[in-house]
Amino acid sequence: MATEATVLVESNGRSFPLPITAFQGLPSTLCKGCGHNSITSYLIEACKSLGVNPYQTVKLSGIGCSSKTPAYFLQASHGFNALHGRMPSVATGALMANSRLLCIGISGDGDTANIGLGQFKHACRRNVPMVYIVEDNGCYGLTKGQFSATADLKAHLRRPTGEANEVPPFDLCVEAIVAGATFVARSFAGDKKQLVPLIKAAISHGGTAVLDIISPCVTFNDFAGSTKSWEWARENEEPLQDVGYVPRLAEIEVEQKPGESVRVQLHDGSWITLRALKDDAHDVKSRGSALNLLEEGMKNQEFLTGLLYLDADRADYVTAQHTVETPLALLPDDVLRPSAETLAKIMETI
Amino acid sequence: MSSTFSVAETAPARAPAPKIGPVVNDLAIRVGTVNGSGSQSANLVLLRSLYAMGIPCSGKNIFPSNIEGLPTWFHIRANAKGYGAHRADPDILVCMNEITAQDDVTELKPGAICLYREDFAVDLPSLRDDVTFLAAPFYKLVEQAYPPDKTDKGYRDKLRKVVNMVYVGVLASICGIDLEAVEQGVRREFPGRKAKAGEINIRAVEVGYEWARENLPTNLPYRVERMESTQEKILIEGNKAAALGVLFGGANVVTWYPITPSSSLAEYAEDFLKKHRVDADGRKSFAVIQAEDELAAIGMAIGAGWAGARALTATSGPGISLMTEFVGMGYFAEIPVVIIDVQRMGPSTGLPTRTSQGDVLKMHLLGHGDCRHIVLLPGSVEECYSLVVEALDLAQQFQTPVFVATDLDLGMNLWLADPFQYPDKPLNRGKVLNEADLERLGDFARYKDVDGDGVCYRTIPGTEHHLAAYFTRGTGHNEKSGYSERPEDWKKNLDRLSLKLETARKTIPGPIIEGDPSAQVGLIAYGGTHVAMAEARDQLEAQGVRTGYCRIRALPISDEVRHFIERHQRVYVVEQNRDAQVASLLKMTLRGTLSDRLVPLTHYNGTPIAAENIVRPILGWEKTPTGPGWPTGDVERDNPPVPHVEQPSPE
Repeated sequence: MATEATVLVESNGRSFPLPITAFQGLPSTLCKGCGHNSITSYLIEACKSLGVNPYQTVKLSGIGCSSKTPAYFLQASHGFNALHGRMPSVATGALMANSRLLCIGISGDGDTANIGLGQFKHACRRNVPMVYIVEDNGCYGLTKGQFSATADLKAHLRRPTGEANEVPPFDLCVEAIVAGATFVARSFAGDKKQLVPLIKAAISHGGTAVLDIISPCVTFNDFAGSTKSWEWARENEEPLQDVGYVPRLAEIEVEQKPGESVRVQLHDGSWITLRALKDDAHDVKSRGSALNLLEEGMKNQEFLTGLLYLDADRADYVTAQHTVETPLALLPDDVLRPSAETLAKIMETI
Repeated sequence: MSSTFSVAETAPARAPAPKIGPVVNDLAIRVGTVNGSGSQSANLVLLRSLYAMGIPCSGKNIFPSNIEGLPTWFHIRANAKGYGAHRADPDILVCMNEITAQDDVTELKPGAICLYREDFAVDLPSLRDDVTFLAAPFYKLVEQAYPPDKTDKGYRDKLRKVVNMVYVGVLASICGIDLEAVEQGVRREFPGRKAKAGEINIRAVEVGYEWARENLPTNLPYRVERMESTQEKILIEGNKAAALGVLFGGANVVTWYPITPSSSLAEYAEDFLKKHRVDADGRKSFAVIQAEDELAAIGMAIGAGWAGARALTATSGPGISLMTEFVGMGYFAEIPVVIIDVQRMGPSTGLPTRTSQGDVLKMHLLGHGDCRHIVLLPGSVEECYSLVVEALDLAQQFQTPVFVATDLDLGMNLWLADPFQYPDKPLNRGKVLNEADLERLGDFARYKDVDGDGVCYRTIPGTEHHLAAYFTRGTGHNEKSGYSERPEDWKKNLDRLSLKLETARKTIPGPIIEGDPSAQVGLIAYGGTHVAMAEARDQLEAQGVRTGYCRIRALPISDEVRHFIERHQRVYVVEQNRDAQVASLLKMTLRGTLSDRLVPLTHYNGTPIAAENIVRPILGWEKTPTGPGWPTGDVERDNPPVPHVEQPSPE
């Protein structure tokens, strides 16, 4: 039915319906069963549910399997499949040109933890307002299964008998927190219940929102014993919280439910609610607590998921630039070019 | 034997050799000093005094890659004809640095004057008989102007700086530089809170001036006299000029990473933008981002250009290397961005504080696969300004990376120029479709050549229309920007990019051609080399070699350059790189044997090119041609098969 096939979208004080096809994309060309496809569908669901305006959204990526996925959602949005490991700089520039844009960046573990670690950390350091999703499968897919920098120590290459990895991994959540990201979560492509509200909250956050999502590679890293396999992740995932998302409401209306340990208002006025399931002493507003939790988890080989760290107060990089209200890209000539008198005056001072 | 004057011993009674008649308003001074010793202020005061006297002048800092302690030189030229390029043979050498003094003296031409510190251990006058040596008690003099102050712990350090003003005073005396102009120069150099220091410096100038008047001969040959050639002019560095281009070209996202010699360009740009592009509430119509490296600087600029900004980044050679992959993508995905390369000497880290034109061909072809870019080549500080404005328009018009190739000599040194002209056309936004356009057209394909000029229409993110979105990619794409590996899509796209560059070739700034159209000898130069060309041509003409001159202002090369070559029998291509990069490019594009007329003339030792570097080899070849590859002097043999086409000059 027509009414079901549209989503009401707001823009500049007006609202208009868009067909749900605007939120969808081309059919995926990734392998059947790839974790990335699940993440794509959760993204579509989150965007539809929030009424994200695709026209004011950009989706950017680097290079790799993950970086193909922006073609599979939000086809009414401009997309940019950039260079390997360099998506953060392109996103930063695009947001400087147009501060109104919602930016969704999709990357992979090779793209972020190997070739792109520098740009990733600098984006976190600046607190560039973007959703930064890492579809993390511990290996390179397009070049046929080599280890990435998130592959576990002693992980096996391509098959249970494959060569063992002798280099310990980067934990991208640790890297993100240390670098200064203000929203850091880990999740699993198989955990829709947790991921959809996390994605919604990440979109509502004003700052760098890093989601490190374990997303199994069914072709090269889905065998028994692999910590990036569907089976292992399903059996070992330990959610830290029940994550809830409450759209923009006045504070008074957000009911404190019994057992809900934390609720934090996000940049756009919405709320994320967290009911602890494990480690209820963890304080999501504390970097120390988050790093400690990750360190302990690593030691005990636990696969902890949920929101690890949140700072909803720090100004994002674009806001901190203190630019005019109108996006820089849309400024008229008389704002961009000072007058002839100004030039004449400058000439007198030289 | 040399002649020596000093306070301690009076001038020996012997004739200074050789005898030089008065040389008026053609002065080259070189000051050898130590980096970090505070000589910059003294040198700028000297330069501004000459400027205040109305004499065309220029100043060069020949400095090492170092903050403090290594030798550095400041070159000043004052020349009635306006010649501002490097001169390898100064008339007056000021030696403040003992370490380089001997070398510096050895390089002097006969008849030059050497002013040096009397406390040097080395006996400079024993080195040359044909130079006039003047020993000055700089430290004794400066203490007269600035007596020891035991209460000030920084006294010695300050004294070390003030001493430089003493040589300014001495030079003012022996060259006839107006003392009033010098004092104005000092006050300008020490404004506001520094006024007290300014007065000390003025006393230092006066002490030097008086000492020289009483102790040195009054008939030294190199003198200046007031002129009226600088009243309407400005003295400016190319980097500051380019920064004004950033301001008036409407750039709104500027990204950079610190690198000599381009850092000051970005810093000047930020200063200008903060002053002139902020609204009443203090909100900025621009963003300047100091990136984590050049990979990020170009990535940000490309992201901004994609999203509709007039984006620009400034760098030098090593930065260009890092930007390679992104520039190739910008070319293929067709994203407007301007890249200024203030060239320094490579390869590798090379000579980071020395000038070069070694990146020109690299910029033109940067990227893997078939890439070709527009490169603008400013030949003066005026053009550092106007061609940056132009580049910002061209990038939007052709949706592609556009380079501006300046160099360290142009960028970091002071040059005399006419005040800059306000741009005479509105900002060019290129072919951008908005919501109304899309509604009217009812169709949009990002890479479709609708107008047949190779330049397609684009939309920017934030355009609220269902036809607006497209997926930008560096992978093979069809007209709709969909992924495609089809041979016909790929080839069609690459061919259209060629067509686009051909359209651009006819739009970008053409060459400036001047000189005698009937001359047999032609000269081609570009960029910073231009500053030496007028002087070189005058000297050649004085030696009986008349020349035509074609200054290339942009790549790809205009047809007019070919016509120029056709009109001349021999064409010297003058450039500051080893491999004759633009000559090679010309040889690749010229048809038939026309390219045999080209003779590369290269200069690449790290010093800025001087007229002498151009005149000497050309005179050698024109007067006594020898050696394989050089013109033999037999016109028929040198240029056999191509008929000399007499074509009226288009200019």
